[in-house]
Amino acid sequence: MRCLVTGGNVKVLGKAVHSLSRIGDELYVDPTEDGLSLRAVNSSRSAYACFLFAPLFFQLYEEGSPDPDGEPFRCKVFMKSFLGVFRSLPSLEKMVEKCLISLNPRASRLVVQLHCKYGVTKTHNLSFQECELLQAVFDKELCANTLRAPARVLVDAVVHFPVTLAEVTLGVSPAGKVSFRNYLDEETEPSRTMVTELCLSEDEFQDVQVQQQSHVTFCLKEFRGLLSFAESSNLPLNIHFDSPGRPAIFTLSDPLLEVHLVLATLSDPNSSSQVCSTTLQARPTNGAFPMATPDDDFMGDDIDSYMIAMETTCEEGPGLPSSPTFPQRRPHPGAALESESSAMESDLEGAVPGTPPQKKFRSLFFGSVLTQSQVGTHPGPSQDVLAEDSEGES
Amino acid sequence: MRFRAKIVDVACLNHFTRVINTIAKLAKTCTLRLTVDKLYFILTDKVANGGVSMWCELSQGNFFDEFQMEGVAAEHNEIYLELTPENLSRALKTAQNAKTVKIKLTNKHCPCLTVAVELPSLSSSSRIVTHDIPVGVIPRRLWNDFREPTVPDFDVSIYLPVLKTMKSVVERMKNLSNCIVLEANLNGEMNLKIETDLVSVTTHFKGLGNPPWVSEDGSQNSTQDRDPESMAEARIDIRKLLQLLAGQQVNPTKALCNIVSKRIVHFILLHEEVSLQYFIPALA
Repeated sequence: MRCLVTGGNVKVLGKAVHSLSRIGDELYVDPTEDGLSLRAVNSSRSAYACFLFAPLFFQLYEEGSPDPDGEPFRCKVFMKSFLGVFRSLPSLEKMVEKCLISLNPRASRLVVQLHCKYGVTKTHNLSFQECELLQAVFDKELCANTLRAPARVLVDAVVHFPVTLAEVTLGVSPAGKVSFRNYLDEETEPSRTMVTELCLSEDEFQDVQVQQQSHVTFCLKEFRGLLSFAESSNLPLNIHFDSPGRPAIFTLSDPLLEVHLVLATLSDPNSSSQVCSTTLQARPTNGAFPMATPDDDFMGDDIDSYMIAMETTCEEGPGLPSSPTFPQRRPHPGAALESESSAMESDLEGAVPGTPPQKKFRSLFFGSVLTQSQVGTHPGPSQDVLAEDSEGES
Repeated sequence: MRFRAKIVDVACLNHFTRVINTIAKLAKTCTLRLTVDKLYFILTDKVANGGVSMWCELSQGNFFDEFQMEGVAAEHNEIYLELTPENLSRALKTAQNAKTVKIKLTNKHCPCLTVAVELPSLSSSSRIVTHDIPVGVIPRRLWNDFREPTVPDFDVSIYLPVLKTMKSVVERMKNLSNCIVLEANLNGEMNLKIETDLVSVTTHFKGLGNPPWVSEDGSQNSTQDRDPESMAEARIDIRKLLQLLAGQQVNPTKALCNIVSKRIVHFILLHEEVSLQYFIPALA
C-alpha cells in the first residue's frame, strides 16, 4: 500500500489521528479499494471509531496487492508512535508539504514520510503487527432517532460540562426537545453534585427525526474528540441512537471522507428488556424474545450495559448466524449482518470460557467501565447469557 | 422560603462572577445568607478551615435586576444556605455571554440553587442551560453561628500596597518558608519577612498610610497612644495569605489590614458595594 497526502489534507489526516488517539492505544490500518481506513477501539470495547479516506482524498492511492487468499494486507500500529508523527498540528500545517504512507508486508515496517519545507524529509519507520479486520457490527438504519447538527452547535453545547465529566446523557422527545445532561452514577451523592442540563431547540439542528422518546448515556471524552475533528473539518455531525443500552452511532460524511464513531450507551436499570438489546447485533424485534430473566433488579445495572459485537471477515461462508454472545437462545437465524462470519462460532466455542479471544473480534463482551466493582461481586443471571467470553469477570 | 433573582446587565454579571470566583478560591464550602437587600458569603473560623474566617457582603441592588426573597418567617426574613461556591463559579463560567441569568431556590431531588442561563444561539430561540447546585438549608437555631465578626481590637491598621506586587513577593517567599511574618507600624510602614535556618528575607513597604478608625464612643482608637515606629507583628500561614492575594478577583479600590499582635491579621478589601473581610490567625 502506498498513499500520498498533500496540502491541507495532511492536517485533516493529523486531526483524524488525534481524534482516534482518544479512543484506543492501537491504530488499525486497513487499505481497501474504497480507500484507506484507520480504526481504533478502546480497551473496554465500548468505543469504536473508523475513519475512511476515499482514494480521491489522496494525491496517489495504491491499495496494494492482496495476499493469496484475496485478503488485503492489514496491520495495527501503536497509537502513540503513529500519533507522534502528527503530534503538532500547527507545525504540520506550516511545514509539511506532503506525506507519504507506505506499507510493505515484506519490509515489516509502516513508513510515514513527511516532506517538509526547505527539502527536509522526516521518515518514521513504525513497527506493526499483522491483524485481522476490526469491524464493529452496527446498523445506524435501525436506530429510531437521528439528529443532524453543525459541529459548532454541539461543541457549544458540551462546553458547559466540566472537562472531568465522564458521561453525558442525551435526551430527545418527539416534541423536538433535545437536551444534554451530566450523568451521575450511583456512587455520586446527588446532594453533593451539581447537575447541569442544556436544552436545545429543534431549529438549531439541521434535521431531527425522533420516533420515540429516549435518553442515552455515553462517554464524553470520545465524543469530544470527534467533535473537535468535525468542527475543524466543518462537517455536520449525525447522531443515530435508540433506546438506552444500544449503541449510539456518530457519523460524518463527505465525498472524500467517512467517519463512524460507535459508543456503547449505558443501559437503563429500570427498564426490563435491556439485556437483549445490548449488543450491536440486537434487532428491534429482540424485545419479544425471552432471552433473559428481566425480573432481576440488579441485572440491569451491572454488566450488560456495554457490549459491542465485532466481526472479522477473515472467514466467510454461509451458516447459522448465531451470536456467541447469545449462543443458545437466539431463535431467529435471520440477521443479515452476522451471516458472513458465523464460521467463527466454532473457534469461540472451543475457547476456554472466560478467555477473551485475542484477535478475532467477532463478538466481544464490552466490560463495564462504570460498574466494574459490581461486576465481580454480583454475577447476575445475565452472565449466563454473556458467559462465552465475559471479560467482566476479571 | 422563596428566592429568585435575575441578572441582565453584562457588567453586573461579570462583576458578580468575579466576586463568586474569589469566594470559590477562598472557601470550599461556605454559608450564603440572603436578606432583603444583601447577600453574604460567610466562612466561620472552624478548625477545619485552619482557623481562617471570611465575611463577604454585597448589596443585591448593585448586581440584580430582580431580587425576590421570602425568608422563613416575616420576623426572620432571611435564608441561610450551605453552598459549595466552586459550583456556583462553574455555573457562572458558562454564562459569560448570557442574555439573562436567573438564580432561584428550588426543591428538586434535594434543595438546590438553580442557575438558569439564557444563551444566544444560532437559531431564533435561545438556549437554556440550567445548573442545579445542591445546597443545604441551615435551620434557624444555627443562625447565631454566622454573626458578623467584630473588628478586633487591633494594634496597627495599615493600607496594603498594590495587591499584585504583594502577591508576587509572597509567591516567591512561599518557596522558602511555610510561614510569613507580617509586621506594620503607625508610620505607614509594612514588612513581609520570612526567617528560616538558612535565609532571612524581608521586603519593606513604606508610605502606605494608616486608615483613621473612630471607635463607637467617638474617641480615637487606642492605637493613638502607640509609638508610631514600633512594629506590631503576626506570623501567619503563608499559603493562607497567598490564597487571598492570588484568589481575589475583585480588584479592590481599598485594601487594608489590621494586625493584632501575635494573634490575628484581619484583611478588608473594598470595591464599590462589595466588602470582603478575611481573618488569618497567627501561628503560635
